[in-house]
Amino acid sequence: MIKKVRSHPSQNEALLFERSSPGNGAWQLPELDVPAVDASVALGAGNVRAEIPGFPEVSEVEAIRHFTRLSTWNYAIDHGMYPLGSCTMKYNPRINELVARIEGLAWAHPYQPEALAQGAMEVMARLEAALAEITGMDAVTLQPSAGAQGELTGILLIRALLEKRGNPRRKILIPDSAHGTNPATAAIAGYVVENVKSTDTGVLDLAALARAADGDVAALMVTNPNTLGVFEENIVQAAEILHAKGAMLYMDGANMNALVGIARPGDFGVDVMHLNLHKTFSTPHGGGGPGAGPVAVKKALEPFLPTPRLKRVRGKWAWDFKRKRSIGRVRAFYGNFGVLVRALAYILAHGGPGLRNATVDAVLNAVYIRKQLEPYFDLPYTSPNMHEVVFSDERQAKLGVRTGDLAKRLIDYGFHPYTVSFPMIVHGALMIEPTETEGKLELDQFIDAMISIAKEVETDPELVKQAPHSTRTSRVDEVAAARKPVLRWKPA
Amino acid sequence: MYPENFRYTKEHEWVLVEGGIGTIGITDHAQQELGDIVYVDLPKPGTRVEQGRSLGSVESVKAVSDIYSPVSGEVAEINPVLADAPEKLNEDPHGAAWLVKIRLSAPGELPELMTAADYQTYIGAEK
Amino acid sequence: MRYLPKSDSERRQMLDTCGVASAEDLFAHLPEAVRLRRPLDLAPGISEYEIVDYFRARAAENANGYASFLGAGVYRHYRPVLVDAVVSRGEFLTSYTPYQAEISQGTLTTIFEFQTMICQLTGMDVANASMYDGSTAVPEAAMMAARITGRHRALAARSVHPEYREVLRTYALHQGMPVEEFGYVKDSGVIDLEDLERRIDDQTAAVIVQSPNFFGVIDDVKAAAEIAHRRGALLVVVFTEAVSLGILEPPADADIVAGELQSFAISPSYGGPYAGIIATREKFVRQMPGRLVGQTVDTHGNRAFCLTLSTREQHIRREKATSNICTNQALIALMATVFMTVYGKVGLRELALQNTAKAHYLAGKLKPAFTGKFFNEFVARVGNPEAVNKTLLKKKIIGGLPLGRFYPELADSMLVCATEMTRRAEMDELSDALRAPAVEEVLA
Repeated sequence: MIKKVRSHPSQNEALLFERSSPGNGAWQLPELDVPAVDASVALGAGNVRAEIPGFPEVSEVEAIRHFTRLSTWNYAIDHGMYPLGSCTMKYNPRINELVARIEGLAWAHPYQPEALAQGAMEVMARLEAALAEITGMDAVTLQPSAGAQGELTGILLIRALLEKRGNPRRKILIPDSAHGTNPATAAIAGYVVENVKSTDTGVLDLAALARAADGDVAALMVTNPNTLGVFEENIVQAAEILHAKGAMLYMDGANMNALVGIARPGDFGVDVMHLNLHKTFSTPHGGGGPGAGPVAVKKALEPFLPTPRLKRVRGKWAWDFKRKRSIGRVRAFYGNFGVLVRALAYILAHGGPGLRNATVDAVLNAVYIRKQLEPYFDLPYTSPNMHEVVFSDERQAKLGVRTGDLAKRLIDYGFHPYTVSFPMIVHGALMIEPTETEGKLELDQFIDAMISIAKEVETDPELVKQAPHSTRTSRVDEVAAARKPVLRWKPA
Repeated sequence: MYPENFRYTKEHEWVLVEGGIGTIGITDHAQQELGDIVYVDLPKPGTRVEQGRSLGSVESVKAVSDIYSPVSGEVAEINPVLADAPEKLNEDPHGAAWLVKIRLSAPGELPELMTAADYQTYIGAEK
Repeated sequence: MRYLPKSDSERRQMLDTCGVASAEDLFAHLPEAVRLRRPLDLAPGISEYEIVDYFRARAAENANGYASFLGAGVYRHYRPVLVDAVVSRGEFLTSYTPYQAEISQGTLTTIFEFQTMICQLTGMDVANASMYDGSTAVPEAAMMAARITGRHRALAARSVHPEYREVLRTYALHQGMPVEEFGYVKDSGVIDLEDLERRIDDQTAAVIVQSPNFFGVIDDVKAAAEIAHRRGALLVVVFTEAVSLGILEPPADADIVAGELQSFAISPSYGGPYAGIIATREKFVRQMPGRLVGQTVDTHGNRAFCLTLSTREQHIRREKATSNICTNQALIALMATVFMTVYGKVGLRELALQNTAKAHYLAGKLKPAFTGKFFNEFVARVGNPEAVNKTLLKKKIIGGLPLGRFYPELADSMLVCATEMTRRAEMDELSDALRAPAVEEVLA
């Protein structure tokens, strides 16, 4: 019985270009207080464009209706839980939005004199310090724009240090359970990727690692807890194996939500790691971004961090551009400052004890879900899980229903699907991460929904396979979209 | 189902040799595993290929698979049909949806490949 | 804590269901060696009011109430009120990447509209759903050109934003892509075509130019295209001031356009987050990095949108991906989409014309260093820009960017920008201050 949702009419809405009509506009500029110019004279006749073909012309009313109507076709955290594994879809505190928009912060130009940017620099310095404390590392850069860019920065740092030591080496080891950005990043950094298998309990195989770690290996990229939600119990020994061979340990911090206040990567042998502020630190996903991917390092890697870095000069903050060993810039300016403000607001709101409590609740929620769904879904790895749990669709697959179908049926129950078919080491995976900002009611409704779907698989599999039934659009034809891509609107 | 006069690879390609030219495709098993094919990426005529090395790829919505050449040589011709109708690869992988024709440089490579019977055993074992 | 929606009794119930005595037991399986056995050294959590106070105090330590003539890749433009009204909606703000098309048609539709408008603006056939920013769009474009041409060298104009070139270098270094630079003409400020002709060879994958360039000068894109294409290279055209496309001819000769949309209602925000774009020709679409939204139908034949051509991306291709990018700047791109909607076909042109008028009024009072035509930024020769700016600050004016840090040969100049937000009185003050005795001494 579906309790969480009921159908309700939602407005249709055409594309902006289909709603446009000449002569409409939503803008008004003040009158010019300087003489008007003839564009051809000022810019050169050959440089002046004709009008922008097809650009919208709508009134303010139509504009606000257009976007409001479209927004109602979305699911969002503000509606309900996203059980997406490794995404950490926690509540996006509204205070973050308010403080990021304070004029002195929002309108700060990156090139304004340092004496007039002390507030912005203090915010960044405070966040760097907080993240260093949380991760147990020595130095933090806030420059990378997102997790993937943070990863690239981290690997480039490793390369720079190894180069200084005489040999950048050729290979990077990656567990077969890793997120796709990991091997993509290694390749872009110019390394060859070698996969390391997991044990049959789903953790890193130390023997396999020992065999693979030779003088040609620059680093192992690991996620901890791993993508099964299981803590890498051998991480300390793994670090020792790598360090003995002059290699480094990189940690993908995507699953930090299980560790804050409980364990610090810097304490268990990690040399360099990235964080996802849009995961662990509550900055909004906004439909796909922006994010921020700070990188935290041990002392040895500090000299190579991207330029510039904050430094204290005569009691004030200054940007240090004179960093001879730096890998350079990974982006213009200093980082996604607006996202950094939100992350710091989150840290200030929780404080030290609060951050630890959040971690405890995140793990409690995931274990609670595991306990109650275990009777209904196959659990391929039975080690204790932390902030997320991974089931497989094996039982349901026997009746012809796959994880993707179960996920689509979950939509009819009023939830966003969990992560489907990842990690790849679990066939037909269901990867579930509730985060700490889900209360008991929402969790119980999610559990009831999953159990109900498991029962539907036995009594009415077609209902599940054809889901969702209640959404504005039914399943979309992704094959047609890829065969004959239509990537923009064109007039008829 | 699997033509006798073809030879097969472990990566699910087939090759038909006639007069020094090897016509290459992917097997019916492969197209089933991939699902609806949306795009085929093929090399330009004149490209040199090596046995066992990738000569292009086949894409479905959710996956990409490299095509490993069963033989070494030079690309003589690519199938013009697949650019506009990649779905033909699902419909007729052993016939109209051949991928490339290669001018063989090392005919001695052929005996290493599987026969139809061997291939059927191989995919039977895989399941 | 107000974000943790469980009472202690609910926690107790849940622990009981899990068969766990205390919450600490949930971590009992972790090796002792990894455990943090002290509290985090961070102050306790504070109230909402204290958080606002903290950030207000930080904001007060930045520039407030100053006139500013800074541009140089980040521009002051009005942000229509509708922008925040739309992006603050929880359905947009707190939604995830639209992988589940059935419940993300809002986001997917706006991205499709965004892709369309970027094509209309730039004259390209296809645009992606945004890159991190303009600076990272440049190396992505260069790597794309390398994949397409099979060549491995890049040639960038010195008049491309200096920080963008730095980023290009960082990325290119590890792709085995040597980056060389070619100069600009001393008098006009446009690219030195002879220098380009000398340096381009049959291993050049991409020629990278910016227009309007870093000096604000409208550059010779057509001529650069002719040279690049004649030698089999692709032309990448970069823009940092999106408003310029409201009045300037789009770079139709480009093979790839890499740009920054910060001007479209994205707060300067001390350097980010912004939104970059990559737009290109139809035939290169499969080599494009980043997310793409395509049109399709659902099972009932209704028009619908979905992420497509995902096989280019990291989560499928893994080490063979076109890029490692995962995030796009969806919320920021939405700000730009709302901006483009508010101004529209006529408004954007009007906005660009106002910018042109303001900057040309200012140029009439200062000494532009280059003769090339410019849009809303230009280089002014002032003698000692640092000293000039010091004087201006006393009048609560932030002057232009002293160029010596990036171009030693232009140490006597500053890059000055005027937009629709720049008041005539402020421009008069700036030129008066430059003529004032104190400053004249410095100029002498």
